[in-house]
Amino acid sequence: MIKVEKRNDVSRSIYFLTPILAIFLTLFGGGIIFFILGFNPIEALKFFFITPISDLYGLSELLVKATPLCLIAIGLSFCFKSNNWNIGAEGQLIFGGIVGGGVALLFYNHDGFYVLPIIILSGAIGGMLFAMIPAILKTYFNTNEILVSLMLVYVAKLLLDYLVVGPWSNPEGFNFPETRQFSESARMPILFDGLRIHAGIFITLITVFLSWLILYKTYLGFQIKVSGLSLKTAKYAGYKGKTMIIIVFMISGACAGLAGVGEITGPIGQLHRNISPDYGFTAIIVAFLGRLNPIGIIFASLIVALTYLGAETAQIFLQVPKYTGQVFQGMILFFLLGSDYLLFFKIKFLGLKKNEL
Amino acid sequence: MSFDLNFIGILIGAIMASSVPLILAASGELITERSGVLNLGVEGMMIIGAISGFALMVVTDNLFFAVVGSMLSGLIISLIFGLLTQSLLTNHVATGLALTIFGIGMSAMIGKNFVGIPGKEFPLLFVNLKESIPFLGPIFFGHSIILYFAFGLPFLTNYFLKKTKTGLIIRAVGDSPTSASNQGINVTLVRYSCILYGGAMCGLAGAYLSLIYTPQWIENMTGGRGWIALALVVFATWSPIKVLIGALIFGGITILQLHMQAVGLRIPVQLLSALPYIMTIIVLVVISRDSRKIKLNTPTSLGQIFYKEK
Repeated sequence: MIKVEKRNDVSRSIYFLTPILAIFLTLFGGGIIFFILGFNPIEALKFFFITPISDLYGLSELLVKATPLCLIAIGLSFCFKSNNWNIGAEGQLIFGGIVGGGVALLFYNHDGFYVLPIIILSGAIGGMLFAMIPAILKTYFNTNEILVSLMLVYVAKLLLDYLVVGPWSNPEGFNFPETRQFSESARMPILFDGLRIHAGIFITLITVFLSWLILYKTYLGFQIKVSGLSLKTAKYAGYKGKTMIIIVFMISGACAGLAGVGEITGPIGQLHRNISPDYGFTAIIVAFLGRLNPIGIIFASLIVALTYLGAETAQIFLQVPKYTGQVFQGMILFFLLGSDYLLFFKIKFLGLKKNEL
Repeated sequence: MSFDLNFIGILIGAIMASSVPLILAASGELITERSGVLNLGVEGMMIIGAISGFALMVVTDNLFFAVVGSMLSGLIISLIFGLLTQSLLTNHVATGLALTIFGIGMSAMIGKNFVGIPGKEFPLLFVNLKESIPFLGPIFFGHSIILYFAFGLPFLTNYFLKKTKTGLIIRAVGDSPTSASNQGINVTLVRYSCILYGGAMCGLAGAYLSLIYTPQWIENMTGGRGWIALALVVFATWSPIKVLIGALIFGGITILQLHMQAVGLRIPVQLLSALPYIMTIIVLVVISRDSRKIKLNTPTSLGQIFYKEK
């Protein structure tokens, strides 16, 4: 006999344990999928999750991928905590990249310590302004922010495409859809010779710290949390709902813009069509897996970054498409959301009583 | 002049064809949303339908199996969404997003061996009438059976929701699950059925793309149509007939954009391609501005979790 009972209070230990349960279930589910595709599941999972990080280069790559994921997810946590569904971080990332990249091209052949900070700042502002579009439309025109932020992703992608094919394309580039390589002063410093890990990781870590400060130590953070729990309470308390919606979108857009500018000044070094492998969408999963908690998001970003690396390794060794990573990402979120059931309900396994036999 | 008129007829026919996947997916999602469930997985269900339809066509060489199979696979993948949101009470928005991400990944995995295989010719009806009647011929004839089904579907849906008892039950569940439940209606069962129906329609919409509209398999070939379908449901303020009108407008923008490119207007291709998305935003703003009007039409419990204490 199985009996389901509603819990009176949410258990804190289960709250942080269910993500781990979800990861194990995802590994199990992934093993089954690999088995159906005709691979040895243990072997395949090893290629996916262990081979990519078994050397120093792999570990550095893990951090290179986790850097933007963590940054975007931190920004999204502000939105999601307050029940604002910004799912267009990908567009904000791209727009931040466009603005930052434009400034980088403007400073082409300029030397000076001030170049990189200006580029980074303009990228953040770009992402922030782009995120304000769905926020303002939501607050003043009552428009659904999910759809608007998502439609803007396609607009940003097409704008980037237009720029790198047309006006910003490299004059010596034989018509390849890409800009010039940025000059050295516009690039993120590399931390170790021979590895790709760059100074962007510090931007991410500082952002994580600041977010923790805002969310847990300020009145704004308190307002965000209350609005997420109950809009009515927030209204009674007299919080300025509209201002808050715009602020959380600005924060999350700035983070996505920073991630974009970090990518183009870091590992990429120029603008081209594909500056992001859907980091903006994947970061949604990171935010949930990390329980919208700054520390949780750091761990979650490392795990989800591993699915990117794993997909690349599996593509080489098992000849599966790189989209396999998304299968794992989707599964993680499915299992995570599903196992949340344990938060609110107790499942009791009762032995059959004698009189029932 | 008769040539010009005929050309306009062909243009209208093309607009109709490009609006079919939007009509199918949006009509399915409309029923789901009317029952109070917000499934953001439309894009994922469509792409799964597209690859399953195409794969079944290649493997079985039978278009009927392919079409039915695509609907079944859309239904199966929406069952995941149903299990999570209805039985495990998960958040609709997050679960739908997961479904889209999962669907895109899964379709690419299944589709790996089907890239580059040419599609099969899908039988078109009344082809001789299309060519013999100027103007009206290309509008009304020479289409696939799925197109005729799609154009009838909004009217059927409208009748179903407004005039049948089942339709009334679905609306009741969407507007007030608690009172519906007190009336003895099994809310969870109704919502499950509506989710599965929506899944099947999205699967069919995907199959239309991979079997008829551009008969081949390309990774990510739905290209955001699922999201536009979702926007259409809001655009239509949950009314099936307006879904049809909206889908034709969007189909029109898509076709017009292709023609403007072909004619060689000095407008960047990317700006034209961005038009459907920009239009969606503008339309959403216009529709949503009147918050009272939109509240009147929105299913009251849309996206909310319903739990009945046992």
